Amino acid sequence: MVAYILRSTAQAILVLLAVGLIAFSMFRFVGDPIANMVGQEASQADRRELAERLGLNDPVLVQFGRFVRDVAQGEFGVSYRHGRKVSDLLMERLPATVELAVLSALLAVVAGTILGVYTAIRRDGWLSHLIMTTSLVGVSLPTFLIGIGLIYLFAVELRWLPSFGRGQTVKIGWWTTGLLTESGRKSLIMPVVTLAFYQLTLIMRLVRAQMLETLRTDYIKFARARGLPERRIHFKHALRNTLIPVVTIAGLQLGSVIAFAIVTESVFQWPGLGALFVQAVQFVDIPVMATYLLFVAVVFVVVNFIVDLLYFVLDPRLRTGRALATG
Amino acid sequence: MRIPVLSVRNLYVAFATRRADLVALEDVSFDIAEGEILGVVGESGAGKSVTGAAVIGLIEPPGRITGGEIRLKGERIDNLPLSAMRKIRGKRIGMVFQDPLTSLNPLFRIGDQIVETMMVHLDLSAAEARRRAIELLGEVGIPAPEQRIDAFPHELSGGMRQRVVLAMVLCTNPELIIADEPTTALDVSVQAQIIALLKRLAKSHGTSVMLITHDMGVIAETADRVAVMYAGRIVEIGPVREVLKNPRHPYTQGLMGSIPTLTSDAERLVQIPGSMPRLNARPPGCAFNPRCALAIDRCLCERPPLVGDDRAKVACWLVEAEEGAEQRGEVLS
Amino acid sequence: MQKTYSQPTSRREALGSTLRRAWDSDLAWSFRHSPMAILASFTTLVFFLLALFAPWIAPQNAFDPGAIRLEDGFLEPMERSSSTGMLYVLGTDSQGRDILSAILYGSRISLLVGFASVGFSMVLGVTLGLIAGFVGGRTDALIMRIADIQLSFPAILIALLVFGIGRGLIPPSQHEQMAIIVLIIAIGLSHWAQYARTVRGSTMVEKGKEYVQAARVMGRSSLAIMREHVLPNVIGPVLVIATINLALAIIEEATLSFLGVGVPPTQPSLGTLIRVGQQFLFSGEWWILLFPSLALIILALAVNLFGDWLRDALNPRLK
Repeated sequence: MVAYILRSTAQAILVLLAVGLIAFSMFRFVGDPIANMVGQEASQADRRELAERLGLNDPVLVQFGRFVRDVAQGEFGVSYRHGRKVSDLLMERLPATVELAVLSALLAVVAGTILGVYTAIRRDGWLSHLIMTTSLVGVSLPTFLIGIGLIYLFAVELRWLPSFGRGQTVKIGWWTTGLLTESGRKSLIMPVVTLAFYQLTLIMRLVRAQMLETLRTDYIKFARARGLPERRIHFKHALRNTLIPVVTIAGLQLGSVIAFAIVTESVFQWPGLGALFVQAVQFVDIPVMATYLLFVAVVFVVVNFIVDLLYFVLDPRLRTGRALATG
Repeated sequence: MRIPVLSVRNLYVAFATRRADLVALEDVSFDIAEGEILGVVGESGAGKSVTGAAVIGLIEPPGRITGGEIRLKGERIDNLPLSAMRKIRGKRIGMVFQDPLTSLNPLFRIGDQIVETMMVHLDLSAAEARRRAIELLGEVGIPAPEQRIDAFPHELSGGMRQRVVLAMVLCTNPELIIADEPTTALDVSVQAQIIALLKRLAKSHGTSVMLITHDMGVIAETADRVAVMYAGRIVEIGPVREVLKNPRHPYTQGLMGSIPTLTSDAERLVQIPGSMPRLNARPPGCAFNPRCALAIDRCLCERPPLVGDDRAKVACWLVEAEEGAEQRGEVLS
Repeated sequence: MQKTYSQPTSRREALGSTLRRAWDSDLAWSFRHSPMAILASFTTLVFFLLALFAPWIAPQNAFDPGAIRLEDGFLEPMERSSSTGMLYVLGTDSQGRDILSAILYGSRISLLVGFASVGFSMVLGVTLGLIAGFVGGRTDALIMRIADIQLSFPAILIALLVFGIGRGLIPPSQHEQMAIIVLIIAIGLSHWAQYARTVRGSTMVEKGKEYVQAARVMGRSSLAIMREHVLPNVIGPVLVIATINLALAIIEEATLSFLGVGVPPTQPSLGTLIRVGQQFLFSGEWWILLFPSLALIILALAVNLFGDWLRDALNPRLK
């Protein structure tokens, strides 16, 4: 287990360094860092002096080292467009994105698993066929159209839910939450559903396929021959075996919820990181783009790590592997 | 006469396909008496496993019973509703599958799986069930059962796992055990141990066994009676010693030829030429006729019935002709 | 003794036999018996032709500001222009642009970007896959690690990033002209990894076969061997990925344009039209949003269903 953790940590650091290199290259080589700081009218001497002061004349490797150090201290530079520290912008917008992403991930996993199990057990029921067909049409649709459709139905026609923004939020320390006010909760509904939809259908299909596979195994046949009730066979014996492979793929998919939030946040004018990133791309705001990239990479690495740990919890075969490895 | 533990009468099983129903079992009848071990032997696809699955009510769709009846201690069980059948499975009829490596759920401790079976069927406290599970594990020859009860299946060898499966089947004291090729997946050295264990346990618990195998040697060692299946039918059934010593159906004779014996003076093992017809390509008449060296005209067009007394039966026109002639006293020179 | 190697197939022969096999095979049979596949491919074809001949079919040149009459703004479907009497079948937008023409021209951009980016990622992915599989060693490890990392990030994020970097590298004065090319490269770069993985796998398999080793012994260059022997064998799976990716690329382009980072507003694609139409969601001009959305849905669904069918038909095991 220790060896395993060390190996996956090393891998994670490698990935982060690779992404860091890309982020650094963006800072250093895309556009002109000096021009972005002092403007066009600065004199040659000023520029040279600034370049020297910023260390732009040092060897690239030294500059990269400095970049990694700064990043590790939460120093991401200043946004070209907003003129503010990127770390401040990030902190300000982080709660909105995290609340949206975590709720969507929960919805996708819970509803996806339930529907997947249902469609596997009632394989030939009309409701299962309906669910499967809907999901097929659903994955073919661009996310933003689903969002617009929801806005049209629930905000324009029915006027039940607000069409944009977070509603009223409550400040708890530096964190802001929409969960404590009614307008905040109402504002969350449509973005969460929109963001969860794609992942939900994906997890559902995955659970269904894996469940059908598991129900064909010998130990399920043996469980039937032992006279166990069907409910117990489905939900105790089959489901747990189904979830092991599902956890990996679902975990990886959930990491991407953060990134998919880009589109959802734009549709609902959600004041999160994704919307910030889209603006940054439009205005070539390199520090913000690079920081967002690093942020997503960190989320991925962390999610991957959690998925690996979950594996240990779910599968006893790996746990003994640990016992053998350490003992 | 006492009521047999299991009585199968004129059983038909068919698999529905898009084109037509494929008949997997045809007019299968046999009894298993209390404490008796019936060996069911035949090539793969002969219908052995389907027979076992039909008895415990676990034929996989699209297969289904299309005729006949199955009685357990005189009570009809082939048409029971699922909930009633579930109470028989695992409690009154236990089943052992071919591959112990995959029969146990890999994610649960073996003890929990045994206790689970007992708790579902018997009125026991969890502690009591656990105590009995340890006892049973010891009985099936698992060393240090108090510790092994908390092992996961992957921590045990194949032979050990099959012992665990036997313990799990025995934990409810069933009247009948169906063992479907219980040793095929194991090492040769372990096979004999498991078979001996099965025989010993059946005797000590007074359990009847339906032992399905393609191995005549296993039958010879273990079974009291044997049923030989070919292409979905029983072609010969009788006491093991009699059938082994004097096989009457040409197919059984062929099977006997394929057992190597130390005393045999035959230079080579005899092989039956050809292979068993598939479900959708059975010839008219006796299904064995394309491979039978002795086939006569009647075998090509008419299916021989399974006839004989309660002890031994055979389905072959040649035997019929021979015995008919004997009865009429017409055997000359 | 003369050893017979499995028949080395020349590229043309292999392609010819692939096509012939395709026609005789279960594939054609499956196509003829799948109403869904026929409908989907027919719809795709109609879209393709409409987009191709848009300048001749469309009532108006949607990209020409001179052809658009501001006084015809916000006309409902089936209304006529007050000045020219032209019939606007699907209505007009706020500028007086004919929605039908905008959709026809927009599909043109969507399909152009879709096909071009799929072509780009296919060439890139197949090339890198061949190199990785054939050269092996460190080159292979490097390429496949990059592919692994990239595959774990959503394509839309990669495309946005590449698009942003592309814009950073190009002087602002050329942003408009270069936008479509940058877009094609951005979407193409976000999808190459899948091809590379598949092709690498097949290359490794082919590499081990006797006829390839025989060709090597006979002194054929690696390049020639790859072109003649390996490439024909990977065409099938690559085409399946390409079909499915075409739907993804069309959606990705629409998404980027919807986010306002795709094609310039002077040359609106379907995504841009939806972005514009969304502004009128609350004011009641539903047709500006509805018709481009429907066009995108039908196009994406048709290509997707066709791709799904193709994958299932070629891989019955996956069902």
